[in-house]
Amino acid sequence: MSQKTIHDIAHARAGDKGNTSNISVWAYDPKDYPLLKRQLTAERIKSAFPKLFTGTIARYEMDNLHGLNFVMLDALEGGVNTSLNLDSHGKSFSYLILSLPIEG
Amino acid sequence: MNDIQTIRLGCGAGFSSDRLGPAVDLAQRGALDYLIFECIGERTMAFGHRDRMLDPARGYNPQLRARMRGVLAHCYANGTKIVTNMGVANPRAAALLIIEIARELGLTGLKVACVEGDDVTHLIGPDTEFMDHPGAVKDVGLRMVGANVYLGVEALLPALQAGADVVIAGRIADPALFLSPLVHRFGWALDDWTALGRGTLAGHLMECGMQVTGGYFADPGFKDVPRLADCGFPIAEVAADGSFVITKLDDTGGCVTPATVKEQLLYEVHDPAAYLTPDVTANFRGVSVTEIGTDRVRLTGADGSARPEKLKVTIGFDGGFLGEGGISYAGPNARARATLAAEVIRERLTRINRLGGDLRIDLVGMNSLHQTAEVPVSDSADIRLHVALRSTDRDDIDMMLWEVESLLCCGPAGGGGYRGQVTPCVVTHSCLIARDQTSPTFEMFVA
Repeated sequence: MSQKTIHDIAHARAGDKGNTSNISVWAYDPKDYPLLKRQLTAERIKSAFPKLFTGTIARYEMDNLHGLNFVMLDALEGGVNTSLNLDSHGKSFSYLILSLPIEG
Repeated sequence: MNDIQTIRLGCGAGFSSDRLGPAVDLAQRGALDYLIFECIGERTMAFGHRDRMLDPARGYNPQLRARMRGVLAHCYANGTKIVTNMGVANPRAAALLIIEIARELGLTGLKVACVEGDDVTHLIGPDTEFMDHPGAVKDVGLRMVGANVYLGVEALLPALQAGADVVIAGRIADPALFLSPLVHRFGWALDDWTALGRGTLAGHLMECGMQVTGGYFADPGFKDVPRLADCGFPIAEVAADGSFVITKLDDTGGCVTPATVKEQLLYEVHDPAAYLTPDVTANFRGVSVTEIGTDRVRLTGADGSARPEKLKVTIGFDGGFLGEGGISYAGPNARARATLAAEVIRERLTRINRLGGDLRIDLVGMNSLHQTAEVPVSDSADIRLHVALRSTDRDDIDMMLWEVESLLCCGPAGGGGYRGQVTPCVVTHSCLIARDQTSPTFEMFVA
């Protein structure tokens, strides 16, 4: 059996403002929210992608709706105006987060 | 006016290039009080200024004519008012175009209010400092094309009160396009922070169009969306207390579920307890999302506190050009041939031609979007070399494209499918100004 990822238990959407990316991640099933909250920390995301998320990462918790909002500063290679990434808005970064394995 | 039960808002566009058909559908049979088109991003604003510099009669949304031809007669017949920021950098020219279209369509008496005052280019100087990072306008080293302040409800309210059928403006905070009709019709006070916070949530959920009705959501096998090709634009049924239901027309594709609503709830939001607009500091933290029927989701519990003291301004600069050239490699050993092509093109551009500007080379099909994140590459037998160069010097861009095309004869074996394109670029920065430095006005035109 292949390793389970966050994608198996949660869905996500990325947005951008200047050089800041925000990615909200939502548990499909409220029962998985404690696991999501425990495993998907700001520190974990930063250490998984240190070259991409070079700035600080803040995490906001929406306990009543079973979701987390990550706000990454300096995460868009300069932002949509200057990034040469084909995905200059960082829209695909939501699936980067969802690709992280569920540990344990 | 306090006896109004519900106001029905529809979104006809959530960005400048949004689809037209679903907007016409809403105009025809949405039974809407207001149809709202949100069509400006930071970059589209700057492109509007560029267009206006090239032709003083342009600078509004390029799809304005098509959109108005599609919806204006239906809206006028159905008593649906239109509110939009499609004026972009030239609301006056946009208003005159709408009048022209109204006359073509025989809509005699249709009233178009042109809202101005968002263009604050005259307030920006070389020493104007940015709000979110160190530096000032003079440090950018690019030509400024224009600057616009995000205006709020106060800019649109007089036009609505004067009975406009269409309100056309430039830079208005996105949620304010939706909040303004609510304030106007429900008579909400401009310091009723709870009501403004709730109306702002409605606007925030609506402002990206299909992103709340199943667009930008589908992930087959995980998040399935019925009939995405026929996805409808959203409708908000807002009550006088600011609570509301997000829905869509019954027989359109897409879906409105707690999941589609939640993804949009925090889209481009940082602190959910402090979503800043010119009108209110909205608080989405205590929001409840309840499915009350098929494609009907009720939102309650948003709140708000006092609006920010200062207003945000986006300053646009001419950013030169982005050149993109590509060529594909497929079949056995494609990865090695594409990687060699990338090395060769980098040497030719930097060592031999000494090109300026910012260069990036991606191998699409192996690792392009997540290259910077250093996600391990996948082996593919179908890879596209993608070369991107950003420069203010058009000659450098053309040289890059020439070199990529020359890989057809001068690169690794089996490369094919060269394409190249050049896109004008803008750069934007933000600053803050005092509220009293703005004085929005409107002028009514009648068809």
